[in-house]
Amino acid sequence: MASAVEGLPISGNHAANEVRSCDTTSLPVCLAAQQFIRMHAVVAVVFLLIGGIAAILLALTRWPAVHLLDAQWYYRLLTLHGLNMLIFWILNFEIAVLYFAGTVLLNTRLASKKTAWAAFLLMVIGAIMVDVTIFRGKSDVLMTSYVPLQAAPPFYLGIILLAVGTLIGVINFFATVYIAKRDRTYEGSVPLVVFGAIAAAIIAVVTLLHGAVVMIPTFLWSAGILSTAPDPAWYRITWWGLGHMSQQVNVCAMVSVWYLLGTLTVGSKPLNQAVCRGAFVLYILFINLASAHHILVDPAVGPAWKIWNTSYAMYLAVLASMIHGFTVPASIEVAMRKKGFNRGLFGWLAGAPWSNPGFSGFFLSLVIFGFGGGITGVVLGTQQINIMAHNTLRIPGHFHVTVVGGTTLAFMALTYYVVPLIFQRDFYAKTLCRIQPFIFGGGITLFALGMSFAGSYGVPRRHWDVEFTGGQFATGFDPGAHVMLGVMGIGGTIAFVGLLLYCLLVVAAVFFGRKIAGEPMEAWNEEPRSAIEGGVSGEEVDDHRTPGTLVLVTVFLSAFAVYYFANWMWLADVWEVR
Amino acid sequence: MSIYNPPAGWFKAPAGAERLWVGLALGWCIIMSLAMPYWHFYGKQNPTGEAYRVSVADFGTRVREFVDASTVGEDSGVPVVEIPPGGDGYLMARMWAFYPVIKMKKGQTYRLHISSADLQHGFSLQPLNMNFQVLPGYDHVLTITPTSTGIFPIICNEFCGIGHHTMTGRIIVE
Repeated sequence: MASAVEGLPISGNHAANEVRSCDTTSLPVCLAAQQFIRMHAVVAVVFLLIGGIAAILLALTRWPAVHLLDAQWYYRLLTLHGLNMLIFWILNFEIAVLYFAGTVLLNTRLASKKTAWAAFLLMVIGAIMVDVTIFRGKSDVLMTSYVPLQAAPPFYLGIILLAVGTLIGVINFFATVYIAKRDRTYEGSVPLVVFGAIAAAIIAVVTLLHGAVVMIPTFLWSAGILSTAPDPAWYRITWWGLGHMSQQVNVCAMVSVWYLLGTLTVGSKPLNQAVCRGAFVLYILFINLASAHHILVDPAVGPAWKIWNTSYAMYLAVLASMIHGFTVPASIEVAMRKKGFNRGLFGWLAGAPWSNPGFSGFFLSLVIFGFGGGITGVVLGTQQINIMAHNTLRIPGHFHVTVVGGTTLAFMALTYYVVPLIFQRDFYAKTLCRIQPFIFGGGITLFALGMSFAGSYGVPRRHWDVEFTGGQFATGFDPGAHVMLGVMGIGGTIAFVGLLLYCLLVVAAVFFGRKIAGEPMEAWNEEPRSAIEGGVSGEEVDDHRTPGTLVLVTVFLSAFAVYYFANWMWLADVWEVR
Repeated sequence: MSIYNPPAGWFKAPAGAERLWVGLALGWCIIMSLAMPYWHFYGKQNPTGEAYRVSVADFGTRVREFVDASTVGEDSGVPVVEIPPGGDGYLMARMWAFYPVIKMKKGQTYRLHISSADLQHGFSLQPLNMNFQVLPGYDHVLTITPTSTGIFPIICNEFCGIGHHTMTGRIIVE
């Protein structure tokens, strides 16, 4: 099979029989990497399904008209939901993305199969240990496990094993990038998607080290080896170095996937590689600031610390996201205009391949992340405004449009290429595939809107009963809050339908789909095939005219400014506090 | 293309609309960065995070002394305790209640000390939707000036075990 890579300008470092040429893109696929991409992707989808079943039960519990679960099961499944979705599903998918970007795009073999096995086994064993411990009870501590709340020792040990496994996988990725460089398997700079993956991996290392620093003493305390619990204030600051920074890994991986899908679906090219890469560097340097967003109304940390860490003086990570928010749609606009979709301001957008779930999922992810998650994230993370948001439903209302409507939807969109190209299987029910991103994206947007507005009425997150039955004082919320919780319940139900559909379609295709090894994948629409095939040249786009994107980002900036200043106005109305 | 190695000479300054947008975005980021320090000096809502280490027993003693000295009534079996204007009040959060009921006067400034007897709790004042974190071992001091009158529920919004959703308290402002 060594001949498979002859078409490339320089040869890779694969052993014979350990590489194949992709039947669709002609890219060299390392078979070891392919095996681990498949394994991590399957495991990821299993955890997504577990977290998703928990999600629908939780949504139906917080919908006051339904109020499905009892309190104990609500808190138990909330613990399960957070960990399976935010950690197990996403990390497994990200390791798959890293293995793909590290090998296929750099024309190299995976550095070490044994290491990849170690990473995979530790991640799976750790995750199963956590899930089993949660179901055995005595670990209803929610994802954050704030001390002195205490879970059973295997809960922490499972998270530690999972973190170590992930770290090993990330190191294997760095080793792969290193041997590609050493063996000169590519020319010049690494592709943009690989650059973004490297950025995500660097942030992941910092994240996982925070995890080790906070989880090891907590585990030792839970196991009875340390007699006193870690200090709660120290725990919160350090835990969020893990908790929020891991979400920045997701942002970075998601943006890389946006660029990847832009290329796969419409053949887009970055307008200016320096700008895109510069924005990734800003992520590495500045993005850990968001860890401070959880500490803004905490005791023992002063305003100077909070303001500095909220912005690192200049919100440069926000700038990075705003740059990607322009460059990604602009590259689509340029690519579509080149194809002749030149009519008016938005002819390129109307003519985009919306029937391709790889495109629709990616573009919806971009819009939902930017308008929903980006704006709310910056506003809620403003030091003083956080008074009106901390621990209310506004917070999950924010992150369900970043990490779910954004990252998860982008990963789902990518799956519509991973299955035919890496699993070499064909999807069933392609019409359902085409509408799945709209159901999931629409549902999660409605869900998050309901959550955010309910949170504005003061409804707390992680709370079983908005009627406070059995409390020492009668307490309740404005009827508007109940309406919003209903909107949340309906949106959550729709999103769950989208999630279930995704899992079924993927499982059916991966295990029972028609094998398509040896033939190119059936294009999702007429356009992308030619786009992929014509793509080997690296010529840059000179035409920078992107009037449609400029209008879109102007609308975005206006919405951002209105929401931002409206929140300051609302803040001026609450009690004075120093 | 994003998945291929870029040609040599890719490192160049942005142009056209991209350059305009980078400039606009940077300008907006600078405005937002200046807004927080601006509000710190000119706004009225700036929690300082003032806090002192305190043992559960010591904080309990202060709460008891505060209740003994300043109780003015009872609400649902819980003492209603009025903070003298400009003075210090003590509120204990514990599984699953806030103790005692605090009474204040509109327009007066108070130092409200909050701590926890057991787990982490959330102090969430409704329907104003003002939220602060409460940690065991830390005396969190809010220098607070009520600007409206009425009966304000306090709810816990940090998960604190199976009875979390029943944890309530009350502030009365006249």
